[in-house]
Amino acid sequence: MSFEVPQFSPALPEMFVLAMACLVLVLDLFLNDRTRVVTYLLSQATLVGAAVLSLGQYGAGTAVTFSGMFVADDVGHVLKAFIYLTVFLAFLYSRDYLRVRELLRGEFFVLGLFAVLGMMVMISARNLLLVYLGLELLSLSLYALVAFNRDSSQASEAAMKYFVTGALASGMLLYGMSMLYGATGSLDLARVAESTAAGEGGLVFQFGLVFLVVGIGFKFGAVPFHMWVPDVYEGAPTPVTLFVGSAPKVAAFAMVIRLLAEGLGGLQPHWEGLLVVLVILSLAVGNVIAIAQTNLKRMLAYSTISHMGFLLLGVLSGTAMGYSAAMFYAVTYALTAAGGFGMIILLSRNGFEADRLEDFRGLGARSPWFAFIMLVLMFSMAGVPPTVGFYAKLAVLQAAVGADLVWLAVVAVVFSVIGAFYYLRVVRLMYFEPAQDAAPLEAGGDLRLVISANGLALLALGIFPGALFAVCNSAFGL
Amino acid sequence: MIPLSNYLVVGAVLFGLSMAGIVLNRKNIIVLLMCVELMLLAVNTNFIAFSRYLGDTAGQVFVFFILTVAAAEAAIGLAILVVLFRNRRTINVEDLDELKG
Repeated sequence: MSFEVPQFSPALPEMFVLAMACLVLVLDLFLNDRTRVVTYLLSQATLVGAAVLSLGQYGAGTAVTFSGMFVADDVGHVLKAFIYLTVFLAFLYSRDYLRVRELLRGEFFVLGLFAVLGMMVMISARNLLLVYLGLELLSLSLYALVAFNRDSSQASEAAMKYFVTGALASGMLLYGMSMLYGATGSLDLARVAESTAAGEGGLVFQFGLVFLVVGIGFKFGAVPFHMWVPDVYEGAPTPVTLFVGSAPKVAAFAMVIRLLAEGLGGLQPHWEGLLVVLVILSLAVGNVIAIAQTNLKRMLAYSTISHMGFLLLGVLSGTAMGYSAAMFYAVTYALTAAGGFGMIILLSRNGFEADRLEDFRGLGARSPWFAFIMLVLMFSMAGVPPTVGFYAKLAVLQAAVGADLVWLAVVAVVFSVIGAFYYLRVVRLMYFEPAQDAAPLEAGGDLRLVISANGLALLALGIFPGALFAVCNSAFGL
Repeated sequence: MIPLSNYLVVGAVLFGLSMAGIVLNRKNIIVLLMCVELMLLAVNTNFIAFSRYLGDTAGQVFVFFILTVAAAEAAIGLAILVVLFRNRRTINVEDLDELKG
């Protein structure tokens, strides 16, 4: 038996992030509160460096290494680049918020970087073991992040709920994986794909598939596996909510693509039916219950649930067009969510959390510019042209219609019209209600600048969606 | 020779028990953590049975990774439990009702 040294270069971004995360972890021990900015800058530099490494590999074709466990392809590079971007935004938005509340500790950035590494592994996984390890690295970091504010009773409750449901989801996913392993005799997704294409396995496959879809449903927060989403979003500190609500959705999309589309593509008629149920329930429950919320974080949690329904709607048709549309949806939603929670951070100050809908009352008079940015964000979530949310929804609906699922597209449109109500309610509160709170915004210059850029980017992507569409299409060979 | 199906039945029963424990338990969070561990062990049983049946070692390697991750998961779970207890002075599942709506 001989040992072949694997080719390391395709995994260069992962190795870089791992090394830097360890470096930040150790270095932070020697820093005090005044010099903590070094941790922050190093973390951001890590993300920028990883982006350079990942994008440097873009267009170089598909590379498989580590005995077929790890794949570096264009889908992966693009998704990773968007993860770096959203996490970069998350760190940037969070810094002042955390510092003012004396929560600015190195652990936040270290856990964030390890979560990024987990997401990267999930994206590049071509083996069930690697999918699991990436997912756990992400999840364990997120559990700890949610409990980050140790003195908050709400945060610890949210962390416990997240932990138990997350562990349940991992258990489900693993049980499904063990069935797949039994049916194919291999953990390699390429081998699994061959078996499904050949129609082997039969009932064991379908049994395992159900557990896999349940596990995926939990991780996405799709109804009926959504109960953790609102509690975690509301209970966690806002920067952590921002983190949990943006980048991991991109990674979850990658996991669905690797597991269902690439691994179990041959079983598409079977998983299509399961996903249809998740999509309809997510759209219905997410959009309807969001109307009843008075807490903005909780409202955005239900909004996330409905967006995940839309994302899965793109995936379930099983066509390259659908995957491409879902990818567009995932990356633009991550940016929109980052902006949405960023606005809560922007309006908050020490001892005051702007997470109620009431707190946005009269923002149009207090700060016309940021009211406009919030307007763009809400329009993008609701899917109003010319914001990018409109094109994301349009592409997904087109894919659904293209796969002869016209009725499902109609259901999705009806529920997004219902959903528009609560997004527009925020806009009404901002512009047509008098302000209760006249205090000036305290946010720092970098936060103001970047959140403006974030909002304008959604507008710009909505006016010129062609380039990003082309990237998504070419990633799936269209 | 004990057939494969017997091992799978044991795995399924353990998995079902742990699921029931998580869903039905209304008393104690530590029992929830125990159920999570049991669930992972049920999966391990499956993997080992399949690995032996198929004559393939990959399944056993997977089990080692699951055990390692389970240890890390237990550490984080218990840490969250300690934080929760310090804030609430209770680990009763029914008292976790501050967040709802």
